[in-house]
Order: sequence, then C-alpha cells, then structure tokens
Amino acid sequence: MMFIRSFVFFFGVLATLLLGWAALVGIPDIMISEVKPPEGLERYTAEELFGRQIYIREGCLYCHSQQVRPEGFGADQDRLWGRPSVPADYVYDRPHLLGTMRTGPDLMNIGVRQTSVSWHMLHLYDPRLVVEESTMPPYPWLFEVKRTAGPDEYILDVPGNRVPEGKVVVATPEAEALVEYLLSLDRSFDAPQREVTNDDDE
Amino acid sequence: MTQESKTNVNEATERAKAFHQHETMDDTELRIKIDESVTSQTAIFFATSLFWLLIGSIFGLIASYKMHWPDWLGEYAVLTFGRIRPAHLNTVAYGWISLAGAGTLLWMTSRLTRVPLQWGWMLYISAFLWNVGVAFGTAAILFGYSRGMEWLEFPRIAGAIIAVGFVFFALPILKTFVRRKVKHIYVSLWYILASVVWFPLLYLTANFGHYQGVVEAGMNWWYGHNLLTVWVTPIGLAIAYYFLPKVIGRPIYSYYLSLLGFWSFALFYNWNGIHHLIGGPLPTWLVTVSIVASVMMVIPVLAVAVNHHMTTFKHFNMLKYSPTLRFTVFGAMSYTAVSLQGSAMALRSINEVTHFTHYTVGHAHLGVYAFSTMLLFGAIYYIMPRLSKWEWPYPRLVRLHFWLTAIGVIIYVVALTIGGWYQGLNMNNSDVSFIDSVVKTIPYLYLRSLGGTLMVAGHLIFIYHFVLMVKRAGPRRFAPPWFKKPVEESAV
Repeated sequence: MMFIRSFVFFFGVLATLLLGWAALVGIPDIMISEVKPPEGLERYTAEELFGRQIYIREGCLYCHSQQVRPEGFGADQDRLWGRPSVPADYVYDRPHLLGTMRTGPDLMNIGVRQTSVSWHMLHLYDPRLVVEESTMPPYPWLFEVKRTAGPDEYILDVPGNRVPEGKVVVATPEAEALVEYLLSLDRSFDAPQREVTNDDDE
Repeated sequence: MTQESKTNVNEATERAKAFHQHETMDDTELRIKIDESVTSQTAIFFATSLFWLLIGSIFGLIASYKMHWPDWLGEYAVLTFGRIRPAHLNTVAYGWISLAGAGTLLWMTSRLTRVPLQWGWMLYISAFLWNVGVAFGTAAILFGYSRGMEWLEFPRIAGAIIAVGFVFFALPILKTFVRRKVKHIYVSLWYILASVVWFPLLYLTANFGHYQGVVEAGMNWWYGHNLLTVWVTPIGLAIAYYFLPKVIGRPIYSYYLSLLGFWSFALFYNWNGIHHLIGGPLPTWLVTVSIVASVMMVIPVLAVAVNHHMTTFKHFNMLKYSPTLRFTVFGAMSYTAVSLQGSAMALRSINEVTHFTHYTVGHAHLGVYAFSTMLLFGAIYYIMPRLSKWEWPYPRLVRLHFWLTAIGVIIYVVALTIGGWYQGLNMNNSDVSFIDSVVKTIPYLYLRSLGGTLMVAGHLIFIYHFVLMVKRAGPRRFAPPWFKKPVEESAV
C-alpha cells in the first residue's frame, strides 16, 4: 500500500513537469522548427556575430528588448519601432535576445532608426554626449585613448575638451563589431505571409 | 510585559505541551540524535549560503545605485550594470536561496522521516560542487562569458557542476525517505520530495537542450519561471508548513486543503512561464495557455493561504515573542500577496503596462525576498541553535535584522510597484517621449536603493550574529532569543 502510494506520488510529480515541458517547449519546438528564414533576413556576418557576443557580454539585454509589440498592445507602433515581430525574424538568433526590460528603447530595428556610425560610437563611449538625460552606462573599455590612430582605426569626434591635448579616442575592434551588429538590426522587410503560428492577423 | 500577554504565552505553552503529549522522553533523544546526524552538513550549507548572501546583496546594491548614478564605477568593465545585475541574480538564486534552502530541507527531511540522515557524506561533496559551480559561474559572468539568457547565464560547465552537486543532495534525501519511520508523510515532505525530483530534470533540460529562435525564448522562460516552481517556492512552502504549526503549537488547519494545494500547484505552476513573453512574437495559443495556468494558480495559492493563515489566526500575539514565527508569518503573507499579484500580472490588460518595467522587478523581490528569503531567515534562526547547541546571543540583533529587512523590502517593493506602473503608463503613451519614461522613474530608483541599503544592513547584522554564535561569543543563553520575555531566561 505504502509502496503504491509512493509510486503514484512520484509518477504524478514527474508527469506534471513533463506535461508542462511538452506544452510549452516540446510542441512549439516541432511547430516552429518548420519556420523558414524569410526573404530579406540575412545571416549575420562573422563581424556582426562577434558584435553580438559583445552585446551579450556587456549585458545590453537587461535594459533593451528585441521584440516589437503589435498595434493595440503598448505604443511600439506609435513610436515607429517597426512592424510587430514574428517567429521568422529570429531564425538566426542564438541565443535569443528578446529581453524583458525597457530601461532603454527596443532595438529590434535600431539599424533602421539610427544609421549614424558616429552617433553609435559616441553613445557607447559616453551616452550622455548624445542623449543628455540618458541613464545608460558608459563603455570606455571598448575604446582606446592614444597619441595617433592607426590607418584603419575609427577616430571618435568627442565634443568639448574631454580628450587630453594631443590624444585621440579610437574604437577597438570590439566597439566596431558591436556597432556593426547594431546597424544590422533591421526587420523592416515584410513579414512572411500567413505565419503558421500566429492567428492574430486573420 | 502586560498580564494579558503573559497569560497568552502560558496558554500557548500549554497547548504546545498538549499537542506533543504523546511524545515521550525517547522522542527528545531521537530528535537530538537526528539533529546530530545533520549538524555539520547543514551548518556547511548555511555558512556558505551566507557568504553568497553577502556577495549577492552587494552586487544587487551596486546595480541599484548604478541605475541612478550611471557613471559611478563606470570605468570598470567587470562592474558594469549588464554584468553585475545577472551576477546578483545568480548568486542570490543559486548561492544564497539554493544553499540555505538545501540546508533547511535536509534538516527537515530527517526530522519528518524520524530517522537520522542517510548517506550524509554525499552532502559534503554536494556542498563543495555547488559552491564551486556558483563561484565559477559568477566569475564567468563578470569576466564576460555569460550565456546571455536570463536565469541561465552560467556557462554549461558551471551548470554541469551544479547539477552533479544536486544529485549528491537528492540521493541522501531520497535514501532517508526510503528508511522513514513514519506512516503519515507530512505536507512539507511532499514539497521536498517533489523538488528533488523536479529540479535536476528541469535544470538538465534547460542547460543542455538545443532550441532555436523563439522556441529558445519559450524554453528560457519555462525554465526561469519553473526555477520558482520546482525549487524556490517548494523550499518556502515546506518551511512555512513546518514552522507555523511547530512554533504555534497547533496542527495545520486542514489536511485536505494541503492536498489540494500541493496537486493544483504541481499541475498549474509549471505551465506559467510564457506569461513572461506576452505581446511577444510567440504563437498566441502558447501565451494564452500560460495566462490561463497563471490565473489557475489562484487555487493552490488560496488553498495554501487559508491553511497557513487559519493556522496562525488567533495566535498573532505570538509574533511578539518568536523570531522564527515573525519571519515565517511575514514570508507566508508575502507568498499570498506575490502569488495573487502574479496571477493578475499575467492578464493581458495589466501585463501591457507592467511588462518591460521596474514593476516586474518589484514583483520578483516580493517573491524571492519577502517570501523566500524571510522564510529562510526564520528557519535558520530556529535550526542553528539546535545544531550548535548554543543560543543566539543577542535578541536585539535579531530584532534589528527583522526590522531592517522587513522595512527595507517594503520600501523596495512599494517604490518599484508605483514607479514601474507609472513607467509603463508613460511608455505606452506615445505623447510622452521615451527618455521621459526613463527619467521619471529616477526618484523611485533612489527609493529602491534606500530599501536595498536597509536590507543589506540587515544582512550584515545577521551574518555578524551568525559568526558570533558559531564562535560561541557573547553571553550564553538557555532560552530562545525571544523578543520579549514570555518565560524567565537567564544569562550566565
């Protein structure tokens, strides 16, 4: 009797967890693995992937989401952050960077909204140079202050007299890759017609 | 002390005696034997958990200050917000809560099965591996090797070390359960047994599964929320179910409610995770399933709430005396609050405002701090004197610890709840510029830092007191550190 009871208990406990896994992970995995990469979505280049690693390393995802909400749910559409995101937008994303926080704005289409390399460089070096009220941290370790820049190096146009006399601020390869990645964030192409999984647009 | 409260305490003592009257002298001896069988293992888990509590809460405080002083310590890569914040979450979740929880669970398991702990040597390996895993994983985050998924930032190697450590924790618990000398299995033990089966499965699926794109996001939040389902919440509920009746001296209000509470909890809770992705690019049915399950959580929550609060009801006067009870009741009440809030937050209309804001962070701390952490404090206050055979030397420090953490977390949660809601309304109103939605949260973020500072001050006092106790410094006491004096105590 006691044995049967224990068996039922452990069986029940296992079953509840596996059911939840099947519903929330297993079945969606089967359904969504059929999603094809849409036309217009390009694979990340090696440099963009390196930039994406920097994005992860510095924890950008803790303040910036990469998912645009549909009309009627929040103000993403009014803020012109791009069309609502669909599963096909993420086929090349691993790990996913959907994010859960918007201490800063959504970045799903930042490559469309802000195309200026110099803006991004200054913004990473010290966000308050370009957005006075920003609460974003600075990332000085992505830059180097030195006497002369190499031939291929990007020199920042830092306003004011912050840089010591006779020195220049140049972007490290990490900063260049990160900006490259940010500029690649563009999901302005048309969403694939009839998303297999979304019944919203019917 | 008033005459009335003295009578109340005497009554409670009488009731406690009546409740335990079937026990003989052998029971006390057995309990001592049981406690001795887990002493060093539990103490190791507790001591290392306090180390992580200290580290983790300092990380949290730095992250909190940085939200309103973004240039503070701005030149150090390892301390940047995006690294220190996940380091905070992982050290408090896998270090503090997990290790303190493990220590409590193994002690309770022995007590509830009424046999000395079996295979106790495995727990040394467990504690060692677990600490190594957390240390390695935390260093990896700080030095830039995070996996980039919330709750799963530790590199896979660190995950594997922790998983093996967990197996060495689960085996002694299961072995002790098999050897049990009781017929009736108390509800706390259900939660313990379920969690030792659930946790390894969940942790392995999440750390070693391969998924792409949005499925990975789904898996991420199935895992993230389930860490609460299978581990953090069962620890808290096992503690509340154990200590409320124990300290009050009355049996739990209803066996059937605890049964209903447990199985509805097991059924509904692990379907909740996708409510973290409402409005996101996932199949609508998937999000809806999680919303429904989140609302269904009202059933287990009310079952547990009625059970706990009816047990405590009419005995609130005892909160004046017992430190353990005060922390436990605070935790049990927070559980009801945070769970009902969570169900509400899963509703699309509310989530539209709260998602992507500090409101969620407030909710998380109402759960993991006001509920779990406060219950763990209460449990450690009760268990440690029984292991070390030395009472807490200074009741005043216990009182200070309680008020600093209680007031601190209340300020914290209230500030972020109001500030986060306001932030959400601004964010959803395109007449307000986005940067304004950020700037307007800053006063609330200062308040959050204030609350956090009080909480950390409480931790420092607690850790100091813990060290005094272990070193047997301070006055020797022969009674628990009652806040008031229900019975005569003497300091030698």
